[in-house]
Amino acid sequence: MSFEHRHLLGIEPLKPHEITAILDLADEYVELNRRPEKHSDVLAGLTQINMFFENSTRTQASFELAGKRLGADVMNMAMQASSIKKGETLIDTAMTLNAMHPDLLVVRHPHSGAVDLLAQKVNCAVLNAGDGKHEHPTQALLDALTIRRSKGRLHRLNIAICGDIAHSRVARSNLILLGKMENRIRLIGPPTLVPGQFAEFGAEIYDDMREGLKDVDVVMMLRLQKERMDGGFIPSEREYYHRYGLDAEKLALAKPDAIVMHPGPMNRGVEIDGTLADDINRSVIQEQVEMGVAVRMAAMDLLARNLRAERQSKAG
Amino acid sequence: MSTLFFNARLIDPEAGTDTPGSVLVWNGRIAAVEKKAADPAQMLHTQGLTPDDVTRVDCGGKCLAPGIVDMGVKVCEPGERHKESYKSAGLAAAAGGVTTIVTRPDTTPAIDSPETLEFVTRRAQADTPVNVLPMAALTKGRDGREMTEIGFLMDAGAVAFSDCDHVVSNTKVFQRALTYARSCGALVIAHPQEPGLSKGAAATSGKFAALYGLPAVSPMAERMGLDRDIALLEMTGAKYHADQITTARALPALERAKANGLDITAGTSVHHLTLNELDVAGYRSFFKVKPPLRSEDDRLAVVEAVRTGLIDIISSMHTPQDEESKRLPFEEAAAGAVALETLLPAALRLYHAELLDLPTLFRAMSLNPARRLGLESGRLAAEAPADLVLFDADVPFVLDRFKLRSKSQNTPYDGQRMQGRVEATYVAGEPVYRRD
Repeated sequence: MSFEHRHLLGIEPLKPHEITAILDLADEYVELNRRPEKHSDVLAGLTQINMFFENSTRTQASFELAGKRLGADVMNMAMQASSIKKGETLIDTAMTLNAMHPDLLVVRHPHSGAVDLLAQKVNCAVLNAGDGKHEHPTQALLDALTIRRSKGRLHRLNIAICGDIAHSRVARSNLILLGKMENRIRLIGPPTLVPGQFAEFGAEIYDDMREGLKDVDVVMMLRLQKERMDGGFIPSEREYYHRYGLDAEKLALAKPDAIVMHPGPMNRGVEIDGTLADDINRSVIQEQVEMGVAVRMAAMDLLARNLRAERQSKAG
Repeated sequence: MSTLFFNARLIDPEAGTDTPGSVLVWNGRIAAVEKKAADPAQMLHTQGLTPDDVTRVDCGGKCLAPGIVDMGVKVCEPGERHKESYKSAGLAAAAGGVTTIVTRPDTTPAIDSPETLEFVTRRAQADTPVNVLPMAALTKGRDGREMTEIGFLMDAGAVAFSDCDHVVSNTKVFQRALTYARSCGALVIAHPQEPGLSKGAAATSGKFAALYGLPAVSPMAERMGLDRDIALLEMTGAKYHADQITTARALPALERAKANGLDITAGTSVHHLTLNELDVAGYRSFFKVKPPLRSEDDRLAVVEAVRTGLIDIISSMHTPQDEESKRLPFEEAAAGAVALETLLPAALRLYHAELLDLPTLFRAMSLNPARRLGLESGRLAAEAPADLVLFDADVPFVLDRFKLRSKSQNTPYDGQRMQGRVEATYVAGEPVYRRD
């Protein structure tokens, strides 16, 4: 198995076989997580720090649980509340943390590129848990694992990503990952939220949702990121729901076995109909959460192996 | 009192020539220019001088050109002297072949009153070996509400009026300021940009910005800003200079305005001529400038506009920023780059790429800015001030930012291969820099 990266900063630097390697290992961790005895010690002795400069409940909990199941010592730092308010810069914060000898640093930051910057300044493995509007690699990996397990493959699928593409790091990472694995991707949403430049990445762009959903295998809904919007991108939530909200009628245009995904947290009645989200025959939203823990365990396991190998070669 | 520069390659932007020759300097001014490889003794003889009266400088076949007149240099006095002082800016300018710096008023506080202007003039005179000409703000505090005392400021020495990167978004205020400036004969320098569109932008919209998830502005915002300003020029007849034109789409509007006889000129920065948006790769904040770097197509269109003369002036847009302002996530990092010392070597990339010849480069860096400001310099001709730069156009080197003389070292060219280096700089015939 080859996965030669020090950090997981994005999907962009990964090769298809490396994506497959993470997913294969994650499959094993799904099995582990389903056992009554869910503990492993592959990260025993290592320290994992979760630094979230932006609010998060789900992703942070998922990373925390992943680290704990693998035996790491896990610490959470809610950064919005602390040093940033006292005027400390990101790099100073990174240097301070670095002096505490962490091994795995999980970082979320509201600005694109901030996690890359931080990774340059520390000598541990850094995992990007979302940076601005740039990337959210573990989300794309868990989506990929969910699709692969549900559809039996991760190539030659028609996948629709719907909604607020412009403000979404999830959409960017998914677009890159699913593109690398040779799928056809459609981006669906109002043109104010789906910038035309994405056509240059090989995606097809639709502003008519009904047309865009025709015969797709996977429907990925995105949350309307109200907190990232600095002006009116849509006239109102009810008009948005009418034109771009996923309901049973619009879903009927997709393939009969098409699955429905959502990275959460959902705005029920804004981008997705509540009943549909709960339909266990179509919605894989709960599986996504389960896969999230497994994928993060796999990613941290692989990075920790590289970290240990690097330290051993230095010591030797 | 006299200096003879012989065995030189003379770059004359006025005549558009690049020839071997000699220049005789007397009393701070150019006394004679001989555009052929002549025997120095012969030239002295025709001028009626004996060899003992004259310092002789053998240029060794290197280029001798009129010193650069750099419009739009930020010296961080008053307010942020730790980023750049008149002393450090003067040393950097001299080492870069810049003999006149035209300073920006976007300091803290802004240079918007005769009193602050007198302060900076005093500081400049005390500490700077090159000529310093100050600009003043067009509106008080550069906040676009009330015009400054344009008349008093001109009396105090202001050569132009600009709110720098702040666009006077209230069109009525801008119209009045332009009207009043015209009555004083003042030059107004504006930043053509539609501020509503460009608010918060850190990159130019396109594939690159989309991939990197950066807030971006359409290149069209520049053309919209320029269109508005041109309409105001038609109304007011003011004397106007666009500080930086960086996009292909703004060029036809500029061309029409010139053809219609408006008193308009345009500049661009050396960064926009030599770098493009992809250079930001990896969120390198030293490549964050304002306006943001553009696409390669835009860059080439702007280089071509400099060649044809549609864009008149190349400047460094020297903007010192300390490490703390730059070591931040790209969106939060301050914009701007230092360039006094790198202006010439960077501009020479265009010469080595065979896009522009040397007389054209010096037309844009020396002759045109001097003309626009009504200066006598910028020319290689008798009677002109002996502000000269002697440079080797070909010598290769790797730029080390820590060797720059500026107090701030935020250059995008760090570690890059450059070609061409200043050997010596003269202001009024006196050497202000010699490479050791």
